[in-house]
Amino acid sequence: MKGNDKIIEFRNITKGFGDKCVLNDISFYVKKGEFLTLLGPSGCGKTTLLRLLAGFGNTDKGEILINGVNITDVPPHERPVNTVFQRYALFPHLDVYENIAFGLKLQKVPTDEIDKKVRKVLKMVSMTDYEDRDVESLSGGQQQRVAIARAIVNQPKVLLLDEPLAALDLKMRKDMQIELKEMHKKLGITFIYVTHDQEEALTLSDTIVVMNEGKIQQIGTPTDIYNEPQNSFVADFIGESNILNGKMVKDRLVEFVGHEFDCVDEGFGEDVDVDVVVRPEDIYIMNRTEGAQLTAKVKSCTFKGVHYEMFVDTDKGYELMIQDYNAFEPESEVGLIIRPADIQVMKKERIVNTFEGEIVDESHVKFLEETFECKPQDKFAAGEKVKVEVKFSKVELIDHPEEGMLSGEVHFLLYKGDHYHLTVETDDGDYIWVDTNDIWDKGDLVGINIAPKDIKILKHDE
Amino acid sequence: MSKRSTWALPYAIFLVLFVALPLILIMVYAFQDGAGGWTLGNFTKFFRDTDAINTFALSLEVAIENTAICILLGYPAAWILSNKKLNKSAVTIVLFIMPMWINALMRTLATAELFHMLGIQLGKGTLIIGMVYDYLPFMIYPIYNILDRMDKSYAEAAADLGATPWQVFWKVQVPLSMPGVVSGIMMVFMPTVSTFAISEFLTNNKIKLFGTIIQENINSSMWNYGAALSLVMLVIIGITSLLQDNKKEVSGGIV
Amino acid sequence: MKRFFAQCYIWLLLIVLYAPIFFIAVFSFTESKVLGNWTGFSTKLYSNLFTGNMQGTGSLMHAIENTLIIALIAATVSTILGTVAAIGIHNMRGRGKQAINFLNNIPMLNPDIITGVSLFLLFVFLHISQGYVTVVLAHITFCTPYVVLSVLPKLTQMNPNIYEAALDLGATPFQALRKVLIPMLKPGMISGFILAFTMSLDDFAVTFFTRGTIGLDTLSTYIYTDARKGGLTPELRPMITLMFVGILILLIIINLRKIRNSKTAVE
Repeated sequence: MKGNDKIIEFRNITKGFGDKCVLNDISFYVKKGEFLTLLGPSGCGKTTLLRLLAGFGNTDKGEILINGVNITDVPPHERPVNTVFQRYALFPHLDVYENIAFGLKLQKVPTDEIDKKVRKVLKMVSMTDYEDRDVESLSGGQQQRVAIARAIVNQPKVLLLDEPLAALDLKMRKDMQIELKEMHKKLGITFIYVTHDQEEALTLSDTIVVMNEGKIQQIGTPTDIYNEPQNSFVADFIGESNILNGKMVKDRLVEFVGHEFDCVDEGFGEDVDVDVVVRPEDIYIMNRTEGAQLTAKVKSCTFKGVHYEMFVDTDKGYELMIQDYNAFEPESEVGLIIRPADIQVMKKERIVNTFEGEIVDESHVKFLEETFECKPQDKFAAGEKVKVEVKFSKVELIDHPEEGMLSGEVHFLLYKGDHYHLTVETDDGDYIWVDTNDIWDKGDLVGINIAPKDIKILKHDE
Repeated sequence: MSKRSTWALPYAIFLVLFVALPLILIMVYAFQDGAGGWTLGNFTKFFRDTDAINTFALSLEVAIENTAICILLGYPAAWILSNKKLNKSAVTIVLFIMPMWINALMRTLATAELFHMLGIQLGKGTLIIGMVYDYLPFMIYPIYNILDRMDKSYAEAAADLGATPWQVFWKVQVPLSMPGVVSGIMMVFMPTVSTFAISEFLTNNKIKLFGTIIQENINSSMWNYGAALSLVMLVIIGITSLLQDNKKEVSGGIV
Repeated sequence: MKRFFAQCYIWLLLIVLYAPIFFIAVFSFTESKVLGNWTGFSTKLYSNLFTGNMQGTGSLMHAIENTLIIALIAATVSTILGTVAAIGIHNMRGRGKQAINFLNNIPMLNPDIITGVSLFLLFVFLHISQGYVTVVLAHITFCTPYVVLSVLPKLTQMNPNIYEAALDLGATPFQALRKVLIPMLKPGMISGFILAFTMSLDDFAVTFFTRGTIGLDTLSTYIYTDARKGGLTPELRPMITLMFVGILILLIIINLRKIRNSKTAVE
């Protein structure tokens, strides 16, 4: 790739509000003319990143380049980008024409030229004849069109769109998606689009940047992101999926749900813990059990319009979600087959909780800003810095936050076929990962306990 | 963007100079004698001055009586005005609000003239009637406002649960309209307790209220004593507004 | 039946409330010195009022002039000061915001007499001789909080992206202020101005304490001194009647505008 193809480059962008780090060392670039989507759940930092690009707010660290020029300190009105805001932000005291002409008038463009340009974009967004209308008398979709027209009339190098379709109803949203895509083709300028709607991102984008907790999770084309998610967050966020704990037995052979499967992944090593993703539509389900890789019993079957969605219990007690065009009766025995190419194996981000710790005395260790009792030991002296490991399944969560050694909030949860894998954020903002069979909800406040025997203390550099 | 907050600076300085400092000066003058020495003399003078104490008590009495009469007359009026079944025209509402826009002295003067014309002897009776004339709209307006905006479904829910119309009124609408009554009390009690010109007009200078005493002292250059009396009034006002805050929390609890 | 009694109560209350003004208005069309004594129809009191042909050689007209000029200056300055302050307050956070809101509420909560006395003491303390300027300053003090409270809600209701949208479209911060922010705050500024103007017109106590001894009179202080001299000057009757009619017309206009606005909003 030639350097001059990069229209925008983010370099190590870090930004916090108060104690909270919203963007953590974000670096990537945007190619000229592409439709790039920042995708992630609310609070992941995608809107903040877009606002930094538009010039609203300062980075704590890092720089933003447009066409190779550092614009980090350039005020918003001098940046060659225009924004379509989430709630349109049309000027209520101006009519449609005046809203669209606002930017051109500021540039002191001659009146007849303004007139020509405004009419051209009005035609483009199919809003001809609406020039004299009061913006507040327009429907949501019409306001959206005016907002887009107001931005593109200035011929920006980059058009920023902050969840522009979020306020529209489903039907309108689908129509606007198609129009946006066409507009992007016609204008030939770069679009940067922010959304939390994965389907919208998959439909519109050339490139998707998946973000979570202020970090980039994956960058790739819609097909890449869907078919080869790089971690369990992406797999869970994009589309529906079965995410399971697995073990890479050797190259091209992976074990999960108690069976071994051929796969196409290699290079993980032997007997390595991995996450396995299987999309529900990629599991073949049939009435016969002979010739099947595993058998299962259908638990539920729901019609979803195009396909049926079924939950099955496998012979080894795992729950899987399956989508198929045929319905299978609940309680019926079925056979399942998963093709090697449909098994996506991912390196585990972590296999155990590890914390920086400090020995207090022979039976106490301090980590996560709290002193825990541990098994008596004499390997480490008081005050020594150590590494503390706690298995996911050994962290106990309780209903009453005040009764735990620590308290926290359930931040993210993942069903792994036979248990839940939770991310819990402690009150001090640290993360602790938990495997549990109990059912918790996102946002639950919990107490966290760890039994002394489950705290494993290792040398600091181990 | 954040620099916009500095725009409040000129006004902040203005507020300190013309709001905070003057109030501090009241306190400073109240605790000083004419020569600038610190003293509690102004207050002991007040407590020994039976005339001043009596006036003070009378002011409170008149203010409380006026407020009570305004509630008794104003609440039913506000209730009728807000009830779509009983009152359909917006004209009556405007008519009740309009006096609030007219100079209070003029209205008082007109009332006093009317008493003259009717040959009514000016005294405490006319004082209270005249004050009710002046302040009734200030009681009706806030109560009307809260009743008018009150969600009708509360009353419907109560009726649905078996409350009679009378019970709906006493157990639902009255408690929910308390914040309006409280702000009505504030808008009536505070000006009445602190008034000075109005009482002079309405009683032909026969009855002095506390405000008049403050005014007389300030005008005859007894600034320190005047400041001390003002401070006493500030305390009364402070206590009343504290009552309002507590009331708000109580009514919040009911809701 | 219930409705009949309710209407009776309302109209009875209104009749009693409006009786003084009604009689003042009726007897403004006669030359009699006292109310209740009809000496035949005449518009002499009106012509006296406008030609200044009365005892006190036009000092009433002078007082009216002062009242209007003071109200105009105070309302204008308050509107500017209050709008700028509201924009600042809106962008403030934390303690500073609380403190300034607290101070802003004081002049509205304080009885007029306390505001008057405290400002009187301030001018005495600072050795500022009292007169026109101190009255105007005092009026700005109790008018500005109303402007701030009229403009602030407009700012909080405003989509925060609106200002950013202007910057995004190439407006400098100053242009964004002039072309977008101020036009959007205009309704709040206008109602703030009207409130401030009527507050200033209405004021008696604060003016009374801050006007000094140079003989400056506003309508309120004129009426006060006049009434203390004993009895109402007959020329005040047309005055009161005219003001009453003026406010009536103003209220009708405001209410009509409100109704029209809500109608266009529905459309």
